[in-house]
Amino acid sequence: MQVRPVHLTGGSVAIAGRPILRGIDLAVSAGEFVALMGANGSGKSTLVRALTGLRPLGHGELRLFGTPFAQFHDWQRIGFVPQRPGAASGVPASVWEVVAAGRLTRRRLLRPMSREDRAAIHEALEVVGLADRARDGVSTLSGGQQQRVLIARALAGRPDLFFLDEPTAGVDLANQRALAASLGELKSRGATVVLVAHELGPLAPLVDRSVVMRGGRIVYDGPPLGDHAGPADVDLLHGHHHAHGVHDAPPHRDHAPHVAAPLDGGPTEGHP
Amino acid sequence: MIELLGLPFMQRALLAALFTGLAAPAIGTYLVQRRLSLMGDGIGHVAVTGVALGLLTGASPTWTAVVVAVLGAVLIEVIRERGHTNGDVALALLFYGGLAGGVLIAGLGGLSQSRLNQYLFGSITTISPGDVVVTMVLAAVVVLLCLGLSPQLFAVAQDQEFARVAGLKVRFYNVLVAVLAAVTVTVAMRTVGLLLVSALMVVPVAASQQVTRSFRTTLAAAMGLGMLASVGGLLISAWASFHATIAPGPTIVLLALACFLITWPVGAWLRRRKRIHAPFPDDPEPEHEVCVEEHVDHQHGPDCGHVAVPHGDHVDYVHDGHRHAPHGEHYDEH
Repeated sequence: MQVRPVHLTGGSVAIAGRPILRGIDLAVSAGEFVALMGANGSGKSTLVRALTGLRPLGHGELRLFGTPFAQFHDWQRIGFVPQRPGAASGVPASVWEVVAAGRLTRRRLLRPMSREDRAAIHEALEVVGLADRARDGVSTLSGGQQQRVLIARALAGRPDLFFLDEPTAGVDLANQRALAASLGELKSRGATVVLVAHELGPLAPLVDRSVVMRGGRIVYDGPPLGDHAGPADVDLLHGHHHAHGVHDAPPHRDHAPHVAAPLDGGPTEGHP
Repeated sequence: MIELLGLPFMQRALLAALFTGLAAPAIGTYLVQRRLSLMGDGIGHVAVTGVALGLLTGASPTWTAVVVAVLGAVLIEVIRERGHTNGDVALALLFYGGLAGGVLIAGLGGLSQSRLNQYLFGSITTISPGDVVVTMVLAAVVVLLCLGLSPQLFAVAQDQEFARVAGLKVRFYNVLVAVLAAVTVTVAMRTVGLLLVSALMVVPVAASQQVTRSFRTTLAAAMGLGMLASVGGLLISAWASFHATIAPGPTIVLLALACFLITWPVGAWLRRRKRIHAPFPDDPEPEHEVCVEEHVDHQHGPDCGHVAVPHGDHVDYVHDGHRHAPHGEHYDEH
């Protein structure tokens, strides 16, 4: 069997002694497009941070491409798009420079940039449709365009596994479509994608599998639930995948476009 | 003036000014990028304790300042990383502790105010040959590391989480920046003084980033401006010393600020121009609204004098708060 890019068993994370994630089993097969969904505070971002090593696991075992995380050094295989309000910092930086930082997974210390580095940066900018803005200051771009710059940065290292933490948060519809086009391009190249999203919007047709979290646990893992997507989309994606036995438990709910935490939403009779 | 340049103490001062003028903005760019512009100030205050310790014990104040400043810088970094305090609070804590400690120790040792003042406000013209060599070597190390490791330092300062997942040793680079900043502070201590050192690290960066769009040009321009300000400030104060008492340290800082005052309006004008010419978002027009205003004897076109802004597949002409797009015989309101 092919090596799974991501394999977490019995994962739990505690932040300052407070358990945030408990008993997480998640395996992602090569080429899969997984959407991690759930309400605010459900632990979906924490899970991605645990998968990238930004949050140490309290318990459980994480393997990336079959290698235990402690021994994992193939960082060029991972592209990470953190959750950030933008790509700007205290000093001006051009779009090209921000994207070039993505090549650091492959560049050696104190070596000048190679022709291949430049080609990869250009290609990444083409994929997100910002090649014509390469020389512009990143702070002059709109929020959605800056998000695409961050995706290009992850792309520049030519990874085969992507983690994206809420790339569509606060991004207008036109830019969400541009984002979806870029991610569709990645998917067609066979990349494995783990995406955190509050709602999918234009990304919905790309998703092979939804993982829904609530209160730090996985409550659903299976075919896409279709965030505002019709049943046709689900049928379309039903044919292949899911040889992994992770989601043999029956889905806890059969509709969960917006899973609310116990306290937010719900009946309002308690209000005056 | 020319004979003044021939004097050995003046030549030493010029060398020291040249090297600190290059090194301070180089590391300062990374501090500004991390939004830690006042870090140099914090370290400078901590270094006061180091200087006082050196003066009290008879050791070289430069080296005790380096040691104490490096310790202070690393401590700031640790507080920032470990504690849930913001970077600026960590700075403030060290800031006051360092200054109070320095003045207290100086008082205990019965040191004269003027001795400490040399370090607080700089005394570049009294720098010894040995100190010049130390200044040049340390400044060269700072510049080489800042330029050689610029891809890594840039990535870490830009986005720590991304850098960590890219496999960079983020903590190492954070501490490296802190140590380089501390070394720079002590290098610049003799030039502009501990209380003004941060200005030489930050003001050239602030001035250059008004007119630059990329990190590389900001870094290069800041180093150029820093060198210009420190050498120029020294020469101005030397020239003026025939007429009045003018300290080189403050002159250097004021010259750097003058650079900022020049680039600021230029940058504001450039940004305004760019914003006006930025393309309008290409959303489908909800309705077709014909411009009611008569364009009696004016034909919009590439040279019509109105601001032409790209909008999707056509051009809007902006005048008097309207966006007019040519449509057949008339103009549409966009």
